Amino acid sequence: MAVLIFADQAEGHIKKATYEALSYGAKIAELTGTTAEAVVLGSVSDDLGALGQYGVKKVYHVANEALNHLDAQVYTKALAEVVQQSGATVLVFAHNLTARAIAPRLSARLKAGLVAGAVGLPDTTNGFVVKKNVFSGKAYAFVKLNTDIKIVSLNPNAYKAVAGTGVAEVVPTTITVDSPKVKVTSSDKVAGEVPLTEATVVVSGGRGLKGPENWGIVEDLAKAMGAATACSRPVADSNWRPHHEHVGQTGEAISPNLYVALGISGAIQHLAGVNRSKVIVVINKDAEAPFFKAADYGIVGDIFEIVPKLTEEVKKLKGIA
Amino acid sequence: MKILVCLSKTPDTTAKITFKNGNTQLEEAGVQWIINPYDEWYALVRAIELKEKDPTIVLHLLSVGGADLDPIIRKALALGGDEAIRVNTTETSDSFYIASQIAEVARQGGYDLIMTGKETIDYNGASIGGMVAELLDLPYISAASKLDLNGTTANLSREIDGGEEANEVSLPVVVSCMKGMADARIPNMRGIMAARTKPLKVVEPVDAEKLTTYVNYELPPAKAGVKMVSADNVGELVRLLHEEARVI
Ligand SMILES: Cc1cc2nc3c(=O)[nH]c(=O)nc-3n(C[C@H](O)[C@H](O)[C@H](O)COP(=O)(O)OP(=O)(O)OC[C@H]3O[C@@H](n4cnc5c(N)ncnc54)[C@H](O)[C@@H]3O)c2cc1C
Ligand SMILES: Nc1ncnc2c1ncn2[C@@H]1O[C@H](COP(=O)(O)O)[C@@H](O)[C@H]1O
Repeated sequence: MAVLIFADQAEGHIKKATYEALSYGAKIAELTGTTAEAVVLGSVSDDLGALGQYGVKKVYHVANEALNHLDAQVYTKALAEVVQQSGATVLVFAHNLTARAIAPRLSARLKAGLVAGAVGLPDTTNGFVVKKNVFSGKAYAFVKLNTDIKIVSLNPNAYKAVAGTGVAEVVPTTITVDSPKVKVTSSDKVAGEVPLTEATVVVSGGRGLKGPENWGIVEDLAKAMGAATACSRPVADSNWRPHHEHVGQTGEAISPNLYVALGISGAIQHLAGVNRSKVIVVINKDAEAPFFKAADYGIVGDIFEIVPKLTEEVKKLKGIA
Repeated sequence: MKILVCLSKTPDTTAKITFKNGNTQLEEAGVQWIINPYDEWYALVRAIELKEKDPTIVLHLLSVGGADLDPIIRKALALGGDEAIRVNTTETSDSFYIASQIAEVARQGGYDLIMTGKETIDYNGASIGGMVAELLDLPYISAASKLDLNGTTANLSREIDGGEEANEVSLPVVVSCMKGMADARIPNMRGIMAARTKPLKVVEPVDAEKLTTYVNYELPPAKAGVKMVSADNVGELVRLLHEEARVI
C-alpha cells in the first residue's frame, strides 16, 4: 500500500508544483485509508522533514550526487527501486517537464497505468478513475487505471497545496544508481523566476504591443502581480520575446488561476494553451476580439493607456509603494 | 543511419469537440483530421532536413491505427520519407499498447533515432515517447527543441523546468520533439506525386497489455459570460479580481 509522491527538486530546492502533488497524494492516502510518503532524489539543502506539513509521514531521500541532474533512464530505475522498497501502489507526480520525462518510463517499467495531467482526485468507488484534460482544454476524460500500481501526474494549479503542522521522518535510502548516458553540455536557467507552467498568475502580451521595446508595461504589471510573463506565437516568432514564453497549441499549455491577455486577439490556437486558466482577463481595443468570448473580465481600450493604470491599482492593493 | 518518425492523427485544432453514446465516444462526424502538429512540423520536418543533409539516411514513418490513417500517412510521405509502416489496429486509446507496437517495429527495424512529437493535442499524454524508450531500454530526450547528428552522436537542446539545456548522447536514442526543431512545410506537387508510389506497409499488431481505459468524457462548464469593466475604471477590475474572483 502507501501513496508515494515524487518530490521534484531543482538546485537543492523542492519545486513549487511538488507541494500541490504532496497535498494531493496525502488526500488520496486519506481517501484510500493508507499513508502518504515522498521520495527525493539528489542532494538537497531544504529541510525534508518539513514536507510533513503537507501530510507525508516519511521521506525517502536518495542523496546520491549522480541524481542531482535529471536523466530519464537513471531516474526511472532509481524510482522503481524506491517504489519496490516502499511497497507503494499509487505514485504521484507534478505534471511538469520532469514528470513527462520519467512518469511514462516508469509506467512502462512497472506496467503501471498512467494518467498524465490529472485535474481532480481519483474516484475509487468503482476502481480507480481519474479526470484529466483532453483535446487541449476542450474537454475532460475519465480514465480508469486497470493495474495494481497506479501513476498519476497532477496538472499545475489543479489542487491546492495545504500546509499543516506535521514533521516527516526522513529515511536516508541507498540504491544502485547507474551512470547517465546523456551528457549535459550546457544549461541555461532563468534564475529565480517561477516557471511559466507553474505560475499561479500569468500576464501575456500579443501583437497589440507593437514591438519588443514596449514590453516594459507587461513586465511592470507582471511584477506587481507576482506573475510570470507569456506571449502569443507571432510575438515569439518575431523574436520579440523568448520562445519558452509562447503559449498555445504549439507552445506551452498553462493553467494558472489568473491569465491576463494584453493585445491578443484570442485565436483558437492561442486559446488551446490558456483555456484551462481559472480566470481570464482580456484587454483589447477591439470590442469584437474573439478573446472576449472566452474571458471572465474584459476591458475594451488601449493597452498603452490601461496597463500602466492597472499596475498602479494592483500596487495600491498590495501596498507596494 | 535509420530514422523512425512516429505520427498520430488528431482532430484539427479548430474542430468542435462533442461526444456521443452517453459521452463515451468522440463524435467524429464533421471532424477534420490532421497529423498531430508536433509530429509533422517538428519531428517529421527535422528528420527530412537531416536526410537532406545526409542522403544515405533511411527515413521511415510509423503510425499505429486503422486504415483511416492512410490519407494522413500519404500526406506525410508527400513531405518526405522513404516508406511508411502502419500497425493495423483499432485499439488506439491506451498509450502503453501503442508504445508496445512502436517498440516492436523499432526492434525489427533497428533504428538509430526514433522521433515522436512532444505530445498529441487530443489525448495530451506526452507519454508514448518515454514508454517506447523504456521498452527498448534507450535514453530519452523529451521536449527537444534542437537536434543535430554528428556521426553516431546526437546533439540536442531540450526544455527543462525553468530553462533549457544542451545534451549529447550516443545513438540509438528516442527524442520527443517540440517547437524550435524545424519550420512547418507544405508538400509540393512533386512530393505529392512521389508519395503515391512510396511503400505503405501494413503490419499486424503484437499482443500487448492495455493499462488504462477511457470511461467517459465531459465538456467543461460553459463560461458565465464576460463581465465588462469600463476603461475609465481600472480600479474596479482590480477590486473584482481581489474580492469576487479572489485571484489577486
Ligand atoms: C496550426 C496553427 C497553430 C498555431 N499555434 C499558435 C499558438 O500556439 N499560440 C498562438 O498564440 N498562436 C498560434 N497560432 C496563431 C494564431 O492563429 C494567431 O494568429 C495568433 O494567436 C495571433 O496572435 P496575436 O493575438 O498576438 O495577434 P493578432 O491576431 O494580430 O491580434 C492582436 C490584437 O491586439 C489588439 N490590439 C492592437 N493594438 C492594441 C492596443 N493598442 N490596445 C489594445 N489592443 C490592441 C488587436 O485588436 C488584436 O485583437 C497558430 C496558428 C496555426 C494556423
Ligand atoms: N497511434 C500512434 N501511432 C504512432 N505514433 C503515435 C501514436 N500516438 C502517439 N504517437 C506518437 O507519440 C507522441 C506522443 O503521444 P502522446 O503520448 O499520446 O501524447 C506523438 O506526438 C506521436 O509522435
